[in-house]
Amino acid sequence: MYSFTYQKPDSVTAARSAFEAADDASYLAGGMTMIPTMKQRLAMPSDLLDLSAIPDLKQITMADDHLVLGAMCSHHQVAMAPQVWGSIPALAALAGAIGDQAVRYRGTMGGSVANNDPAADYPGAVLALDATIITDRREIAADDFFTGMFETALDAGELITAIRFKKPRRAAYMKFHHPASRYAIAGVFVAEFRTGVRLAVTGAGPVVHRLDDFEQALQKSFSPEALEPLRVDEAALNHDHHASAAYRAHLVKLMAQRAVKAAGIAS
Amino acid sequence: MTYPIHLKVNGAPVSLSVEPNRLLVDLLRQTLGLTGTHVGCDTSQCGACLVQLDGQTVKSCTLLAVQADGCDLTTIEGLATGDDLHPMQAAFHEHHGLQCGFCTPGMIMAGIDIAKRHEAPDEATIRHELEGNLCRCTGYQNIVKAIDAGVRSLNQAKA
Repeated sequence: MYSFTYQKPDSVTAARSAFEAADDASYLAGGMTMIPTMKQRLAMPSDLLDLSAIPDLKQITMADDHLVLGAMCSHHQVAMAPQVWGSIPALAALAGAIGDQAVRYRGTMGGSVANNDPAADYPGAVLALDATIITDRREIAADDFFTGMFETALDAGELITAIRFKKPRRAAYMKFHHPASRYAIAGVFVAEFRTGVRLAVTGAGPVVHRLDDFEQALQKSFSPEALEPLRVDEAALNHDHHASAAYRAHLVKLMAQRAVKAAGIAS
Repeated sequence: MTYPIHLKVNGAPVSLSVEPNRLLVDLLRQTLGLTGTHVGCDTSQCGACLVQLDGQTVKSCTLLAVQADGCDLTTIEGLATGDDLHPMQAAFHEHHGLQCGFCTPGMIMAGIDIAKRHEAPDEATIRHELEGNLCRCTGYQNIVKAIDAGVRSLNQAKA
């Protein structure tokens, strides 16, 4: 690992000032991606700004129709939080199935969403739940946030402080994970709102995305059978030594059907 | 540039200066001589480097030493009381929960964490909970038996 200057700002304002004062700073959230990346010398920030000393970023707050999670909430914290189980249980279950327990103690929601790994779980939830990403300077709709592989709408130095999730009528997440890394080879998050159905696919393509035809079919009938006549276009999906694009296309439909079934049972 | 850190390691206060890019596991093994914590994969997958940081079991190969500043750290060396093995260590001994022993420190740390979060886990739960710990001797049968016994013994002692 290359060396760097380590800083531990105690407020969002201090973190932002430190970022602006540095040559080429990076934020450190849980470090479950950042530290391995630095160990491999794929990243060499001049300054590493550890966000763990900012208590505001670890809050969970609830309102009638939404849930707000601070960016530094760990996966373990979200998976154990009664407020999350009480309002969006599919989100708590998703957080409880990321990586392994040691990763869940450290890894954070904000870190995962800012990194936008194509196989990460959280982006699926953020997109399907029509969430709003709250940063130190603005609010960004999920539909505008995930712009490409490892790319987001965040500007340089822009810091996610929280994410506001709309409470759905019912929702579920199903993933087919890689047996060693636990990352999704294909994952589907489905959410039904009073206003319609949203379905997001992670792991299968270069970036998390919605499936319009699946959403329309589920809007007419929220059942696994409604998806039966549809097929997933494999042209835009990833193919690698873990799974071919055709296999991923098959898995996306299967995970979608399982998610719809699970959401039906949960409601 | 080095950074002063103050932490507790196995109950004893430790103060020293560390490079920012020093991993916690290297601090433990190379600086403090606590070589019971192992580096298996160095890529966050194998769990041989698990330690308890403020009561949470974390991968010391994926943490910077500076991040442990102010924390209470327990390694495999800190579990036994004198010659008396920790109940999870005793269970691994009793059930022969190891072959080569390389993964054992991490397995024991994982077992202790399971006991904190599950009252009486069944075999499937224990196997699922061990998803972040790899044993290359494929000795999982006895590891699972040992953790089952260790969890019972720890949770009975609690009750």
